[in-house]
Amino acid sequence: MSRRYDSRTTIFSPEGRLYQVEYAMEAIGNAGSAIGILATDGVVLIGEKKVISKLLETSTSVEKMYKIEDHVACAVAGIMSDANILINAARLQAQRYAYAYQEPMPVEQLVQSLSDTKQGYTQFGGLRPFGVSFLFAGWDKNFGFQLYMSDPSGNYGGWKAAAIGANNQAAQSILKQDYKDDITREEAVQLAIKVLSKTMDSTSLNSEKLELAEIYLSSGKVKFQICPPDKLNKLLVNAGLTPPSADA
Amino acid sequence: MESVFGLVGKDFAIVAADTSAVHSILVHKTNEDKIMILDSHKLMGASGETGDRAQFTEYIQKNVALYQFRNGIPLTTAAAANFTRGELATALRKNPYMVNIILAGYDKETGPSLYYIDYIASLHKLDKAAFGYGSYFALSMMDRHYRRDMTVEEAIELVDKCILEIRSRLVIAPPNFVIKIVDKDGAREYAWRESIKDAPVAAA
Repeated sequence: MSRRYDSRTTIFSPEGRLYQVEYAMEAIGNAGSAIGILATDGVVLIGEKKVISKLLETSTSVEKMYKIEDHVACAVAGIMSDANILINAARLQAQRYAYAYQEPMPVEQLVQSLSDTKQGYTQFGGLRPFGVSFLFAGWDKNFGFQLYMSDPSGNYGGWKAAAIGANNQAAQSILKQDYKDDITREEAVQLAIKVLSKTMDSTSLNSEKLELAEIYLSSGKVKFQICPPDKLNKLLVNAGLTPPSADA
Repeated sequence: MESVFGLVGKDFAIVAADTSAVHSILVHKTNEDKIMILDSHKLMGASGETGDRAQFTEYIQKNVALYQFRNGIPLTTAAAANFTRGELATALRKNPYMVNIILAGYDKETGPSLYYIDYIASLHKLDKAAFGYGSYFALSMMDRHYRRDMTVEEAIELVDKCILEIRSRLVIAPPNFVIKIVDKDGAREYAWRESIKDAPVAAA
């Protein structure tokens, strides 16, 4: 093992690997999973919450989903404090674009810009990479609805369906089987819930453990809506994943 | 003094500019093209300090090209206009560009559009606009004769009326003009209006 080469973030190992980047991805592999699915009429993002406590102030605390701009949102997997820095950077980049061009920043350009930031931490500065993967969901007039995944190396790709975080490989293979190109937003929600329920370690699912968000168009405007707990519960009950509560 | 003016027609936009390059009392040349083609569907007519004009319009043109190379899609006319205005605004309180700009473009989704950007970074989206001493005459003629949705022929007739006024009423009137047009088929030179042609030079 070339342990000598992994404490410096910005150099290659003799086998041509960037160990720090790989270790960052390891860290993400232990974090709460998130899945994104591109539908014909929107994008669905769902995340597994790891911090569950009755004491959490749920109205103000959001763990997985963040709005970057009016037309772009993201789901996060990994080290939350790292994620906050990058989310802020993404928001800044989006506003700088809007300031210069008086137009919303195309989604891919935003993802690319953030990925370039991440890449910098793998090549210079002597700082470790960010331990975060993102699923970006958005809409622009050039390519309509889009879903992108980005990882600590600064690589990104456009996806029809993608998974990050714990058990992402299992989730990705279920998605590969069950995804179809003409899936609607409603079907995508059901698919997302189904896939997450299969890959999550928890024995039972309830709305407290999940965060679900949808991006869609309404009267020509892009809407980013986080599913309220009671609606999410109903979805879970309908999918047969949660027993209906006694006082339903 | 330089004249630049432009107007929006039914599904096209036209920009006209004089073609004199003047330094003090000397006319360097009478065929200086002051309307830069920014990309396939954008025109930028500019007047003002000669060095600034060339420098700034080329800078904008190259940035417009860079955007397209980087992102695979062209800037909209509105985005290009706002970017241009931003560059003028940033330089304004340090090292201003003395350039007035009329930016015309055609976008598939929104059709033709025209933007007036002056040297202190004002931006206005307009149907007709003009800069320079010639603007007194061009704007008056356009105010009198402009209608929305004019055909190319009607618009050129109006442009020629403006040029006639500038030539006959301005004390140091530029003799020659260039007219460029942008529509769904792209940005291109439409015509020259020359009242002074350089005499043909004999070969050695």
